[in-house]
Amino acid sequence: MGTKQTKSDLPQGTLDLLILKIVALGPVHGYSIAQRLQQVSRDVVQVPQGSLYPALHRLENRGLLAAEWTQTQTGRDAKFYRLTRKGKAQLEMETASWRRLAGAVGLILRMTGAGAE
Amino acid sequence: MTWWLRLWRRDRMEAELERELRFHEDQNVADLVARGVHPDEARRQARLALGGPEQVKEQCRDARGTRWVEDLLQDMQYAVRTLRRMPGFAAVAMLVLAVGIGATTLMFTVINSVLLRPLSYPEPERLLTLHGATEKLGEFWGFSNPDLADVKRETRWLAVGGWTYGGGTVSAPGEPEYVDGRQISADLLSVLGIPVLHGRTFRSDEDRPGAAAVAIISYGLWQRLYGGELGAIGQPLVFEGKPYTIVGIAPERFELAGEVDVYTPLGQNTTARMQNREARFIHVLARLRPGATIGQAQAELAVMARRLAKEYPSSNAGVEMRARPLQQELVGNVGSTLWLLLAAVGLVLLIACVNIASLLLARAASREREFAMRAALGASWSRLVRQCLTESTVLGVSGGALGALLAVVGVRPFVMMWPGSLPRGGEVRFDSSVWLFTLTVSLASSGLFGLAPALRIRMHNLERALRAGARSIAGPSRPLQSAYVIAEVALAVVLLVSAGMLGRTLLSLSSLNPGVNVHNVLTGHFALSPNALANPGRIRSAWQDVLDRAGRVSGVESVALADIIPMRVGENTLPYWTTSTPTPANQAPVALASTVTPDYLNVMGIPLRRGRFFDDHDRADSEPVLVIDDTLAQHAFGGDDAVGKRLWVPALGPVPLRIVGVVGHVRHWGLAGDDQSRVRDQMYYPFAQVPASLLRLFSSFMSVAVRTRIPPSNVEESLRRALRGAAGDQALYEVRTMEQLVAASLERQRFLLLMFGIFAAIALLLASVGIYGVLAYLTSQRVPEFGVRMALGATARDIMNLVLRQSASMIAVGVLIGAAAAWGAGLLLVRVVDGMRPTDPSTAAVMTSVLVAAAMLATVVPARRASRVDALESLRQD
Repeated sequence: MGTKQTKSDLPQGTLDLLILKIVALGPVHGYSIAQRLQQVSRDVVQVPQGSLYPALHRLENRGLLAAEWTQTQTGRDAKFYRLTRKGKAQLEMETASWRRLAGAVGLILRMTGAGAE
Repeated sequence: MTWWLRLWRRDRMEAELERELRFHEDQNVADLVARGVHPDEARRQARLALGGPEQVKEQCRDARGTRWVEDLLQDMQYAVRTLRRMPGFAAVAMLVLAVGIGATTLMFTVINSVLLRPLSYPEPERLLTLHGATEKLGEFWGFSNPDLADVKRETRWLAVGGWTYGGGTVSAPGEPEYVDGRQISADLLSVLGIPVLHGRTFRSDEDRPGAAAVAIISYGLWQRLYGGELGAIGQPLVFEGKPYTIVGIAPERFELAGEVDVYTPLGQNTTARMQNREARFIHVLARLRPGATIGQAQAELAVMARRLAKEYPSSNAGVEMRARPLQQELVGNVGSTLWLLLAAVGLVLLIACVNIASLLLARAASREREFAMRAALGASWSRLVRQCLTESTVLGVSGGALGALLAVVGVRPFVMMWPGSLPRGGEVRFDSSVWLFTLTVSLASSGLFGLAPALRIRMHNLERALRAGARSIAGPSRPLQSAYVIAEVALAVVLLVSAGMLGRTLLSLSSLNPGVNVHNVLTGHFALSPNALANPGRIRSAWQDVLDRAGRVSGVESVALADIIPMRVGENTLPYWTTSTPTPANQAPVALASTVTPDYLNVMGIPLRRGRFFDDHDRADSEPVLVIDDTLAQHAFGGDDAVGKRLWVPALGPVPLRIVGVVGHVRHWGLAGDDQSRVRDQMYYPFAQVPASLLRLFSSFMSVAVRTRIPPSNVEESLRRALRGAAGDQALYEVRTMEQLVAASLERQRFLLLMFGIFAAIALLLASVGIYGVLAYLTSQRVPEFGVRMALGATARDIMNLVLRQSASMIAVGVLIGAAAAWGAGLLLVRVVDGMRPTDPSTAAVMTSVLVAAAMLATVVPARRASRVDALESLRQD
């Protein structure tokens, strides 16, 4: 395994999960979602800012997010997203299934690693 | 936000998207500036991070899920703009489509209303008509009264009702007037499921001889005589000289084999034929009981018929009983005519589509650069095809809308034009299935003429298409263009040859000798004064009085009475034997029998072949005599002289009748139908020798016929007045000249010819225009080639021949295919139209050459233009 830290692309479908998770913490606008994604993942997760908005709109259309135009602290109008009830259920479901999957993948990797050594 | 709102508030969505992205960028810039980046550099970085704003927006729009509708709207706007840029083409195409789709819609509307939509009775699919039938005579109207009574009593699966005709004179209240009437069994209305509007139907105890005389009257008569007052119920109505009590009013627009004003109970009919098992004059309607199927009913009837045949062999041997859905019965042979016409308008529509397709294809070729340009700018192939299809759909649907309008306007006149009267014509209207049909036809047409041009869009060779001039790249479309010309020619040939055949048939039918001299003859049904019907003596003198009165009317040359008038509805077929030892029952030959007065031969102008016709010496107490037509003479006696021979006709009494004369055959079943009719033998017997017991019955069938010296219509009024009689209670009705009756017998053929003539003319015009369009386009595409040819030494004549040869070969292939199809269409027409002759080569050749001439004419103009190409000029163009 290479030692150099690389920025990785997100696996398919995980962007939605990450967005839901961030929005779950409280109403937030698109720019700060992008900021947090970067900060929290310590720059490992690199989301092209351009693909954030189509994802947000898709989630909004599916009724997982609701949006509202409100003022920021600096007094500018911004579109704030918050989680709907449906979104919350979806987040819980996807988090659980992600954990299961990650755990399973981890198990397999550990086992294979032990065998190879 | 719902899908609809997202679509509806498209502008707001766009504005918000813009604001959201701008906010993002501004925040990013602000952050970067706060970290000490120079504002200009910050702006650049922020933009880079976000990516191309248009791409981001596009992806966001895709996320909305309303994309395809927006594209569609955009395509439609673009299509409308494109079509408006060529108003001439658009107008012609729309008009052509409107005519095609309109005619198809109209025909479907009629078919839908007459053939497809169920009758307006409750559970109409359970209604049946019952018929008696023998192998020899075919189907009878219905049942005899005793048979009906037996079936009614024994059936498990059917509720059965019967009716017969019973018109007469209403003499009070109001002026005497002849009205149409029906004698109905008490349960008939309940079988049909029709309640009376006011009052009640007949009770079963009223449906027998000697019961109180009661009547139900029509809504119309109720309005006319009683002003729609409810008090009419219980009032007396004098009908046929007898007072009836009105017990009920029939619902408005209720009809029973035509408009009827007075209904009386069938069971109160006391004439002898009510007890006669051979008198099958009662029409029978039946309704399947709950749970029963038509198959069960038919099986049951077959069993009953066999039992009756065994029990009453003299009357019922070999007589079957059949059941058929009522709807089928009502509509009769109208179905085949309607489907035939729908097929014909379908052909016209196909030609129209091919026509528009060829024009669109020519345009698509010249738009190749436009498409190449759009493809280069990023449009996908499917997007371009969709754009093309949208254009043709806009064209097709607007043409269809215009066509629907034409159909709405045209349907009444069409129904009025129908020969005779169209069954259920009053019920013809537009419903959702018609509009669905129109929409489907419009969309199908759009696909038909739009698909080929759209699919021709090529994505390769973009660069070549962009670089080349529009004209030099159109080569590959030629096979398709030729296919269009061939299809148009073939379709037009089918219609033209069919129209030609119909025309020829009508011509040859019209020239047939009807067997009577139809000029200056007026005929009409006649209702004697009810008072005269009291006894045979009174009846005879009343009829003599009618003859005398009619003879005195100025302009009348001779007068006769007859129970059957040639070519008018009505018949009486009787079996006859040439020996006194009868062959098995129902195996005897049958003849159309007519009872007439002596002057009948003069009035009708029927030629006397041998012997004599009746005179005043043939009386009730003299020897019974008979006159036969030459067909019967040939049939029964071969080459022998029939005069003096005897015929046994059981219906006219036990004694044989002596044949005193032979007359010419009359085409009773119409000019077209007589040759194919089952009963062609004819016999006449003197009215004076009709047995006294039958006189009253026969009097209800009799008609008056007069030969006039002046045009017969001028006599009609004075004749009507003269025959009203001493008491003013006699009526001449349904008056027709013989010329009208002859013309009416060819109405169906004439109507079909008119329709096919119109369709064929449209087809000819469309095909010519289409061929002209295609060839003009093709030759214009080949101008550079012609230039080269001329530069290499070809003369103008060579070029013209080249073009003519090309189109001649397309037309020839079209004619060949069309001729084969026309032959098939001819077989269909022969089956559907009476008197139709199979396709004859000369008619087909004449009609085809009309088309070829028109097509070649359409070729000459482009060909001449091609031959005038200036070689140098055309070569320089590229």
